[in-house]
Amino acid sequence: MPNFIGSPVKRVEDKRFITGKGRYTDDIVLPGMTYACIVRSEHAHARIKAIDTSAAEAVDGVLAVFTGQDMVDDGILSIPTGWAVGDAMKEPPHYPLAVGKVHHVGDGVAVVIATDKATAQDAAEQVMIEYEPLPAVVDATAALAPDAPIVHDGLDSNLCFDWELGDRDATDRAMAAAHHVTTYELVNQRVVPNAIEPRSAIGHYDPAREELTLYTSSQNPHLIRLLLCAFVWPDLPEHKVRVVSPDVGGGFGSKIFHYPEEVICAWASKKLERPVKWTAARSESFVTDAHGRDHVSTAELGLDAEGNMVALRVKTVANLGAYLSTFAPAVPTYLYGTLLAGQYRTPHIHVNVKGVFTNTVPVDAYRGAGRPEATFLVERVVELAAKELGMDPAELRRKNFIRPDEFPYDTPVALQYDSGNYEGALDKALEMIGYEDFRREQAEARKQGRLLGIGFSSYIEACGIAPSQVVGALGARAGLYESGGIRVHPTGKVEVFTGTHSHGQGHETTFAQIVAHELGIPLENVEVVHGDTSRVPFGMGTYGSRSLAVGGSAIMRALDKVKDKARKIAAHKLEAAEEDVEFVDGTFRVKGTDRTIGFGDVALTAYVPHDYPEGVEPGLDENAFYDPKNFTFPFGTHICTVEVDPDTGVVRILRYVAVDDVGNIINPMIVEGQIHGGIAQGVGQALFEGAVYDETGQPLTGSYMDYTMPRADDLPSFEVGHQVTPCPHNPLGVKGAGEAGTIASTACVVNAVVDALYHRGIRDIPMPLTPERVWRALHAGGDGAAAAAAPAGGNGQA
Amino acid sequence: MSTYAFDYARAQSVDEALTLLAGHDGEARLLAGGHSLIPAMKLRLTAPTLLIDVSGLEDLAAVTLDGGHLAIGALTTHRAVETSELVRTHCPALAEAAAGIGDPQVRNRGTIGGSLAHADPAADYPALVLALDAEIEMTSRDGTRTVSADDFFVDMYTTALAAHEMITRVRIPVLGHGEGAAYAKFANPASRYAVVGVAAKVSLADGTCRAARVAVTGAAPKAFRATAVERRLAGRPLTEAVIAEAVRGLADPNELLSDLSGSAEYRAHLCEVMATRALREAAARAA
Ligand SMILES: Cc1cc2nc3c(=O)[nH]c(=O)nc-3n(C[C@H](O)[C@H](O)[C@H](O)COP(=O)(O)OP(=O)(O)OC[C@H]3O[C@@H](n4cnc5c(N)ncnc54)[C@H](O)[C@@H]3O)c2cc1C
Repeated sequence: MPNFIGSPVKRVEDKRFITGKGRYTDDIVLPGMTYACIVRSEHAHARIKAIDTSAAEAVDGVLAVFTGQDMVDDGILSIPTGWAVGDAMKEPPHYPLAVGKVHHVGDGVAVVIATDKATAQDAAEQVMIEYEPLPAVVDATAALAPDAPIVHDGLDSNLCFDWELGDRDATDRAMAAAHHVTTYELVNQRVVPNAIEPRSAIGHYDPAREELTLYTSSQNPHLIRLLLCAFVWPDLPEHKVRVVSPDVGGGFGSKIFHYPEEVICAWASKKLERPVKWTAARSESFVTDAHGRDHVSTAELGLDAEGNMVALRVKTVANLGAYLSTFAPAVPTYLYGTLLAGQYRTPHIHVNVKGVFTNTVPVDAYRGAGRPEATFLVERVVELAAKELGMDPAELRRKNFIRPDEFPYDTPVALQYDSGNYEGALDKALEMIGYEDFRREQAEARKQGRLLGIGFSSYIEACGIAPSQVVGALGARAGLYESGGIRVHPTGKVEVFTGTHSHGQGHETTFAQIVAHELGIPLENVEVVHGDTSRVPFGMGTYGSRSLAVGGSAIMRALDKVKDKARKIAAHKLEAAEEDVEFVDGTFRVKGTDRTIGFGDVALTAYVPHDYPEGVEPGLDENAFYDPKNFTFPFGTHICTVEVDPDTGVVRILRYVAVDDVGNIINPMIVEGQIHGGIAQGVGQALFEGAVYDETGQPLTGSYMDYTMPRADDLPSFEVGHQVTPCPHNPLGVKGAGEAGTIASTACVVNAVVDALYHRGIRDIPMPLTPERVWRALHAGGDGAAAAAAPAGGNGQA
Repeated sequence: MSTYAFDYARAQSVDEALTLLAGHDGEARLLAGGHSLIPAMKLRLTAPTLLIDVSGLEDLAAVTLDGGHLAIGALTTHRAVETSELVRTHCPALAEAAAGIGDPQVRNRGTIGGSLAHADPAADYPALVLALDAEIEMTSRDGTRTVSADDFFVDMYTTALAAHEMITRVRIPVLGHGEGAAYAKFANPASRYAVVGVAAKVSLADGTCRAARVAVTGAAPKAFRATAVERRLAGRPLTEAVIAEAVRGLADPNELLSDLSGSAEYRAHLCEVMATRALREAAARAA
């Protein structure tokens, strides 16, 4: 039997994906299907004075036109957020279709349902909406000004919450006593997630059985069902609702959240007693998928004369957009502030975060969610400190790392890191990149007017957010455990049920590897089932790199139960005591003998229990729920080298080395794929991406003509090196690999560019580092002020 | 997103296409590769009532050598231009420009005639046809006429082409002895269209530039020739210093586009950088 753990098994799901046979929500066509087109606001902020639907209703093929008020009148409530940050947090209503006011460009106002898509869109143009435009605010800092337009009626400011973590006084005192303070003001710009599959939903109400099926491109179908039935549509009984997330083409966080279109399609389907489908056009995705990041921060890092970090003080204004999306309050707080210690022993840290409403698309978790923002800030300010102190950036990091013998380590920002070996990862990365040689090459090149730079990013992340009790105390409105089920069929074939959801991560392979390994059966005898609330026990879905650490652990628990029971059956059949039976490579054996029974025979016995142990139930079908003891803490160091073209400002990444410690690795190929994609996404934010609004709230980056995605030819071949420090508290020793690349790479690339230009007086360039911004910085010298004058990307304003 | 409803006809001949075009009073559009027209229709920016599909007219999809000219049929795809032996031999700069258009899908469908007719300010071919002194052949039921590239581009998305006319051929003088051409493109990182693209053609004799044509796309509402640069180069050896001096101030930022991909000031700077690169390469090839 091959050892499946640690083996680069080819992804079993890829055959259907690369042959175009995946089945995504939009591929599903049901008898009597109808199509929804949502009429969206072109105003960032306006009062709805009147809506005339009569002309649209008169279009041939139109079945109905509904407004927000129609839904509210029928008992539909506001979509809640899943997290409360403090009691004073403001949570203005978020109706699936706007009622009274629109709050951002793209806000839904009415829905037209017709027998085909084009007719629905034609008729949508006939919905006459009279608006009274209101002044809009798009920039979070501007939204806090006393005279700023107020986004939500009923609130007296745009402040959603004012949150802090850490000991303010101790931090202030340590800062005041510091030998050197590096100050860094930064914008972590807004980005658009851009999953390749646009969001889609189908509501399918069966009037005969009074049951609703919702197909949706979601990362967590159970959570969608819970939010829908418990909060948004209380008349909808949860046991009569099935939510299916079939193949989903990427999420990156943007498909975690409960979106208006899910409610609209579900509700309209009941109204019309016909299936209702909606699929976003790409231009709709840009203005309706929750965006990511969008912080404006000030960081101060205090150091003593030897370069020891003594204090970090951070103030952040986080743009939440127009409504509180499902995870939005948690992202710039519990997933951000808690990570500000990075890999360092900084004894005093204080962070204040103000969450702010603006007339923009809601902002929520995006690959990394809070942790990339924290890492960017920490790694940039550490880099600047090294430059200001004239220290080698690698050595400043090394000096301040938490040492391997200091774990478990309590940070001043509420986390307990369980394990780590930061210096190991740094050293390996330095060796892979050939640090000394590069510094020589850089000096040579500089003499010829060429601009080479090297950047570091030593990151930490906290994955598998848990345990439920702790997150509950922190304001989560849900638990963060996971379910796993193992159903052994009479023939010995196995179905695995997981409450996590795969939308590119390869769970169908990784989870099957674990089960095949544990049961000693061929991989093809294992089928992984996910994404259907009627088949899978209640689970929390996939985000925060939690699937293997939490979901995989639940599967391990269920496997333990299966193996325990199978052993009882085997012992009975072998007429031996249970303790004398061992399970090796798919066979139960009486220790020290050649008396054996195969797993398949045990399975058959469980379902044909003619000769069966007393007191044991028939069947071999076990469920488990796993609630972790702690987060897991992947970490690593990334190093890249770049060359800047002084004529055009174009940045080219020459080499990119990533050394990640994600704990034990089940499938190294899948882990590498995750790291590669993650790095590309983080490079995207560093160099290319940025959602830009003009000052009236009109999005200027509404398509791929203007919004730059990173492409293969923008990137070098990544050099990936692993280090393995197993997670001490979960049965697999795994930590999570989905976000590491993104968390590390943004700071890594910006640090490299600044390293290339620092001798020209440039200490920062705001992201994205577009050619024009780099060129301007080179021409103006000094800081990024001149570069910031360049268009593209930025802090939410053109 | 869906287009508005429209009718579709597949033309079997140029005549049939022109008859349909003339019969629909500006409401009909020719469909070639569809890579500019269909996106605009899906965004509902344009709403023709009839599409006349000319993509099957194979006579117009060939490259031939016609005296001292390359004759490129209007329906020749970017990919066919990129890989044509004739183009590579007689005008490699054009093949290189074609290779840099969009992505393989775009190059396999998009056509030179469609690109010129569409006259996107950021398209690549306009700089090439201007610098290479091409002629554009247009046919209607009234007959055939030819205009020089210099007279073809009128404004953003506007050309000398009348509503009832069709581009049938592009004629480009083959490069002679002592002549070289090159194209330098600064691609928009998002769309990969040109933020600034400069095509240059030079003729050298005894190390001296006898004539130069330099044309710029992407920077302004329409592609234009940098005639002042051309004049400054004439009669001088194409050294780095001469080129640097000649391209200085090539474009006035006040006349340039300014958008997320580059401010007018940056575009003006890129005009100089790309012109330098194109001229350097053209001169090397001519020598
Ligand atoms: C993703 C993408 C990237 C692209 N990148 C680039 C790029 O980098 N550089 C670049 O230059 N272009 C780029 N393009 C545009 C591409 O080159 C188009 O193919 C070209 O602009 C239009 O050619 P077409 O054959 O597709 O024309 P169509 O879209 O079929 O037609 C365009 C217009 O021209 C008219 N027309 C077509 N043929 C004729 C004719 N023979 N006579 C008269 N009128 C005619 C049509 O009626 C229509 O109005 C890109 C397009 C896409 C979709």
